[in-house]
This record gives sequence, structure tokens and C-alpha cells, in this order.
Amino acid sequence: MKEGKISLEEVKHIAKLARLRLSENEEELMTHQLNNILLYMEKLNELDTSNIEPMHHAVEQVNVMRDDKLKPSLSSEKALSNAPQQNGVFFVVPKVL
Amino acid sequence: MTEEITQWSIIETRRRLAKKEINAIELVETYLKRINSLNPSLNAFITVCEELALKEARYYVDHPDKLVEKPLGGVPIAIKDCLCTEGIRTTCGSKILESFVPPYNATVVEKLLQAGAIIIGKTNMDEFAMGSSTEHSYFGPARNPWDTSRVPGGSSGGSAVAVAACLCPGAIGTDTGGSIRQPAAFCGIVGMKPTYGRVSRYGLIAFASSLDQAGPMARNVQDTALLLQVISGYDPKDTTSILKEVPPYCEEMKKPVRNLRLGIPKEYFAKGIDSSIEEAIRQALRVYENLGARIVDISLPHTEYGVAAYYIIAPAEASSNLARYDGVKYGFRAEIPSPDLIHMYLETRSRGFGSEVKRRIMLGTYALSSGYYDAYYHKASQVRNLIRKDFEEAFLTCDAIIAPVTPVAPFLIGEKLDDPLSMYLSDVYTLPASLAGIPGVSVPCGFSPEGLPIGMQILGNYFQEDLLLRLAYIFEQETGLSPKYPSI
Repeated sequence: MKEGKISLEEVKHIAKLARLRLSENEEELMTHQLNNILLYMEKLNELDTSNIEPMHHAVEQVNVMRDDKLKPSLSSEKALSNAPQQNGVFFVVPKVL
Repeated sequence: MTEEITQWSIIETRRRLAKKEINAIELVETYLKRINSLNPSLNAFITVCEELALKEARYYVDHPDKLVEKPLGGVPIAIKDCLCTEGIRTTCGSKILESFVPPYNATVVEKLLQAGAIIIGKTNMDEFAMGSSTEHSYFGPARNPWDTSRVPGGSSGGSAVAVAACLCPGAIGTDTGGSIRQPAAFCGIVGMKPTYGRVSRYGLIAFASSLDQAGPMARNVQDTALLLQVISGYDPKDTTSILKEVPPYCEEMKKPVRNLRLGIPKEYFAKGIDSSIEEAIRQALRVYENLGARIVDISLPHTEYGVAAYYIIAPAEASSNLARYDGVKYGFRAEIPSPDLIHMYLETRSRGFGSEVKRRIMLGTYALSSGYYDAYYHKASQVRNLIRKDFEEAFLTCDAIIAPVTPVAPFLIGEKLDDPLSMYLSDVYTLPASLAGIPGVSVPCGFSPEGLPIGMQILGNYFQEDLLLRLAYIFEQETGLSPKYPSI
């Protein structure tokens, strides 16, 4: 089913890439809404941008460096304090393999 | 008396505190009382810092010299809930950060505390600042104090409501595509988005890193200038902040505007603009003309492409930034039977994010995905450059630009919820300045026939915040339009 710019299959694939699990209803609604939005984005193709540099930053800065010096930082206790599961030294996650 | 105290501006509050007409504890208690009575209906705050605020107030009662010496000594300020506050829950309006307690302060927060501000609470917002109505908050919508059936705007809706309803004299918001200027306009207050890089983003929870900028919201221009003064400046912890002197805004603000050239972009008065908004802006122009400013017709030809470019670039950056919410380091983790890592990620993110955030993650992931990157993200970034060049050209013939903030008055709660695109399109006048990175301020300039506030937007060249404040200040002085108070 390709309603327009993006198909239900593509929505499923993108959800997988984004690590989102969508219900069947959500998938259908998302396909419909993203299609509307992406159709609107077509507007950009009215413009010839072949010689235009892309802009990624408002105020251009190049290679902001700092001295390679040791400074105080968060203790592991503080850094771990918001973890859903931890053992005092590491973040604990479910089995990976 | 309570009402009177909470209507004081920041400057007025400071004066009364210094003269010992009121002490910081009485002041904070007065605000807490008002918050407790009005927040259940307005939902401006996600977290009220009752205990901490009283503790801070006690400090200033015990150290009156500190209160006098600091520019915001003893003044309660509200902070949008996407700015990290050490030891105070910071949710970003999301279930996924519902119980996140940051171990450090955002630089903006640190600067406010150093200046003597008392954090009165953390304000409601669209989840991860994605929205124009504060309806996309996990903690429920905030309501416009001028008409509680209407939205206060967003995403800094909670901060705008708190200031407009006198639950605090000033607040900090953040603006990625209009999130300070639009709610300020909808609630009848002043709100400024500074130049990108003027204010540190350290500790500002990232939505779209090349666009996010924190800024002040207050009931008059002088208070706005004072807050901006406090939070501005280079920060080594944010490599995108700019090493550039911060001018004394409160003094700069008072310079005359004679002979300034004000540009009127024809694209901002196109079809679709509410006639009462257009009329209010045209009247404001007459005020400036009478003050000796020159009105110049200008064109920003790529304005109509702003929505499309922004709603590719911002979601693209968001999809990358929000990858960090995986239930491992902080925030919500979904409990699942026989857990494995991938399922934990999927469940956590699916249950932790709301619908608008998911939509934007999907949109951004799509725009960055192989095969679509050039057509969407690259193209949008090129158009972004065209929009920047529009402003560059315009500022050759004018010193500042006057425009509406929004094409429409505050809409009804629920009105645009089922149609994301129509919500996006309502940002048409605020997005271009965000994409270019230039500063903009929203100033109250009248009311619609229904009694809803109207805002005027003043845009300036990079780092021209002082000029914007000058124009805003003299307008306020001439018209006496702010502050006005909603009857709630």
C-alpha cells in the first residue's frame, strides 16, 4: 500500500530504525500523517538550490578547542544516580546476546 | 494586597525588597499561595519548588546584604522544565524523564542563582519542546489565562502562563522555532529569543541543537532586558556559545529610535493573517513613524519555505538527539517479561514518548535515512541558507524588521490536535528567524475584538538584542500596552 510519499512498509522500517514499536493503529495513522506532511515538503522542490551551500549552523565556528587538562567532573555515584538499574559501578542492562 | 504584590515587575519587586517593605519569605509565600490556588486550573507548573524556594528566601532574609548586592536577589523566577536544575526534577514534559533529577545545573540556571534568583518552579511545556500549544505535555495542557478554553501557545506555554497570570514576575523559556515568541504573544507578555550562541545551551535538554536557544519572558521590556543581561554570555561548556561582550541591555534599551529604518516584509502580511492582528501591527508602525523612525518595504522571498525546511531540519536533529533515551542511563525503563536489550529499548521508547515526539522522530529518521537524505535533509539545509540570505539582504536596507508573531489568535484547546500539519503551519512567522539564528522579541501590541492578546515581532541582525530592546521599550512607553492582567 503506497498512499503517496511513504508506504506502510516504509513506516514499519523507519520505526525499526528509530527503535519505536508502533501498534497497527499507530502505523496506519503515522503513514497517513507523514504522507500529508511529506507532500507539503514537496514545496521545497520549487526552488533551484543547485549552487547553494547547505547551512548547518547559525553562527559558523570552526574547531572549538580547549586545553587538554584534567578537571573535576561528576562522581560515578552522581552519574549513576538516575539509572533505572545499576550496581554502584556500572549501568546494568538486560542480556544483550 | 496579594494581587498587588504579584503584579509587581521584577524591578519593582527588587525595589520593595531592598526598602524592606516586604521580605523574601513573605514574597515567596505570597506567590506560593497564588500558585496553589491557580495552578490546578492553569497547569503552568509541572513542579512547584515550595521547600527549596522558602529555604532560599530564608537565606536572603538572613543575608540582606547579599539580597541588595545581587541583581535578582530574592526574586522568584520560573524555569521551563527542559533546563536542568540540580536536585529538582526536570521532566521536559515527558513520561520518559518523569523522575529525572539532574545532578547539575544548566548554565542559565547557574547564572540566575548566582544573580540571586529564587527558583519558584519548573514550568509546563510540550514534550521535548515539540509543539506550539503545550497540549503535547505528558502532564496535561496548560491553559491561557485570558481564556482558559484556549491554548497559551508553546512550547514554553507554562512559562508564559506563569508570567501572564502573575504566578511569578519573570520566567525562562526556550525557543527552537518560536517557542518563546509565540506563547508570549498568545499570553500578552514580552518574550525574547536571543541570537543563537548568545546564551549557553549547557544543561538545556537538546531538541534541535542548531536551533535551540533559551531566553527571557516577563511582563515588561525592562524586566526582559534584566533577565537577558543575567543569562547571556560565553560558556566554555557550550562550544556553540559565542565569545562576545554582553552589552548593558538595561541602559542600551533607553536610547532613542529616531532615524532607525524599520523593514516591513510583505510576505508576513500574506493571505491567512487575521485582520485584527494585521491592523494592530499597522497601528504599531504609526507609533514608530511618529517617533521619527522610517518605514521601509522589504521582501523576504523565501518565507513561505520556512515551515517545510524547519519541519525537516528540526525533526532530523531531534531523531538523533532523542536516541539517548534508551532506558539505560536515566529516565523511564519499561518493565518487560524475559527481557532482552532490544525489546527493552523498544518498549521503553514506545511507552515513554508521546505521539508528537514519535511523529517527529519518525519524520527525522526518514529524512536522514539512506536514499532520502539528499531529497530532504540536504535540500532543507540549502533552503535554510536561502532564508538566512533573505535576512542578510534585508538588513542592508533596514535596521530591524517589524512583523506579526502569529497569523492567528490563540486557538481552542484540541482544535489543531488531530492535524499536525495545520499546527506546524501556524509557526510560519517565527520559523525563519530561528533557521537564520537571528534574535527576535515578541511585544504585546493590542487585543483582538474577543479580548485575546496580540503580539508584535521585532527581528534584528545577529547580536542586535540591544536594538530590539530599544524598539520594544519605546513602544511600551508610548502605548502603555503592557502590562495588562487577565481576570482569573
